[in-house]
Amino acid sequence: MIEAKNLSKYFGRNKVVDSVAFTVKKGEILGFLGPNAAGKSTTMRMLTGYLPASSGHALIGGFDVAERGLDARRLLGYLPENAPVYQDMTVTGFLDFVARIRGFSGAEKAKALERTVERCFLQDVRQQAVGTLSKGFKQRVCFAQAILHDPPYLVLDEPTDGLDPNQKYEVRTMIREMGGEKAIILSTHILEEVDAVCTRAIVINKGKVVADDTPAGLRAKSSLNGAVTVAAEASADQLAKSLKGISGVSRVEVLDADGGKARVRAYPMPDADGFMDRVVRELSAQSFPVLGVNRETGRLDEVFRKITQSR
Amino acid sequence: MDKRFFQNLAAIGRRELASYFGSPIAYVFIVIFLVLCGFFTFNVSNFYEAGQADLRAFFEWHPWLFLFLVSAVAMRLWADERKTGTIELLLTLPVTMTEAILGKYLAAWIFIGIALLLTFPMVLTVVYLGSPDLGAIFVSYLGSFLLGGSYLAIGSMTSAATKNQVIAFILSVVIGLFLVLAGWPPVTNVLAGWAPAFILDVVSGFSVMTHYSSVQRGVLDLRDLLYYFSLIFFMLFSTGVILHARRAN
Repeated sequence: MIEAKNLSKYFGRNKVVDSVAFTVKKGEILGFLGPNAAGKSTTMRMLTGYLPASSGHALIGGFDVAERGLDARRLLGYLPENAPVYQDMTVTGFLDFVARIRGFSGAEKAKALERTVERCFLQDVRQQAVGTLSKGFKQRVCFAQAILHDPPYLVLDEPTDGLDPNQKYEVRTMIREMGGEKAIILSTHILEEVDAVCTRAIVINKGKVVADDTPAGLRAKSSLNGAVTVAAEASADQLAKSLKGISGVSRVEVLDADGGKARVRAYPMPDADGFMDRVVRELSAQSFPVLGVNRETGRLDEVFRKITQSR
Repeated sequence: MDKRFFQNLAAIGRRELASYFGSPIAYVFIVIFLVLCGFFTFNVSNFYEAGQADLRAFFEWHPWLFLFLVSAVAMRLWADERKTGTIELLLTLPVTMTEAILGKYLAAWIFIGIALLLTFPMVLTVVYLGSPDLGAIFVSYLGSFLLGGSYLAIGSMTSAATKNQVIAFILSVVIGLFLVLAGWPPVTNVLAGWAPAFILDVVSGFSVMTHYSSVQRGVLDLRDLLYYFSLIFFMLFSTGVILHARRAN
């Protein structure tokens, strides 16, 4: 388990992280969300023991990172922000260094290196100096360093930052594959990432945890969640009027109308069951042709904005 | 002091040395060091005209050469790690602060040692020209190596204090210069006129020159060893304190 017990951090008088508490169990992939300067990296640095916490404790596999730092760090793989790597080393040289520190030697070391190079798709750049690699490769080299010893705990600070869509996809696939047997925390400000890989998400704002839920649970906080969007060959007024008549509608919004077509969205009241069904029945009773009916799921960016701006 | 300690020390040291020799720094340093050594020995100190089969003309320049060259090697020890962010990587690996500081320091010291060993043609020259006291030359080399290690430890400390290598270099040179000048006759003579003898002793006791020249006479005194090693220990300990403190922000 990775445990944060009321972690706080002051920089001078500035409280950057304020009593952050959570646990991540094996099998969980926790997404750590928040606007820039919300305290994500600082929290991760305290979890890995790089920054001492002003108060509170961080535990990796039961070891307090401040008191049993070495034991904790042996169980941990860490990808720091901006993926720092020794620029003048080759990829193999760098990974070899990390493998030695991780206590590998001989055939075991060669095997671990081979496995990691393959897993991170680094075969083609083995002998290249890290400094000459593109951002995407550097990120993967640093990622490789974190998983080289197959650690049970992973802390990844913005693992897909600066990658192109294909590379993002590869990295996410790797993370998901490892998620089964490891406890993983990854920070990001890309919301789609949470949907793509995380089993749980924590939103942090101004140093405080403001939401801790599954991605679906977070999305349900969106006002859009459960709304139904209808497109039909009818005037906007006509369509809106018919939707307004449905029981359980809280409000109706005209999205666009042009020529003989209109798109209108109907929002349900909270806990209005069977809303979609009633919309479909109402529409089938109408004479105008329906072009499409779509049930909206909540949008994470909307929820994100709502919970990080209102305070 | 278990097996792990030495393994980590070796891994960090190897990496550091490999990065010296993987970049032009090592070669530039060695070439400049050897050229300057030759220049000062033969052209400034007039080695041949002195007509003596010893290496005093060679060793007397080391405190000045090292002042700049060793500071240049040391300036990147920590400043570079901090600037590129690799310090976060290094210190979150399962290594202790002591292993990291010592590993990097020893690698740089070994590198200085390699540069010193490459001055062996000087020894061959005096052996060819006469019959020098090889024991004294060996002790002189040892003294020079210890001197380099002391400057290096100072540089390690100043390098830990800043991200900026230029600032690290300048601070290191200034501290080194202070330690050199404290025992330099023009400085001690100024004091000798009025200050009590014990103050003179304390001030010049701080100087690397006092200890360096006593070693150059071919005598390795326990006090000199104690001086160098306590200077190195103090500076490396300060490196640790600074790294710990600066990590927090």
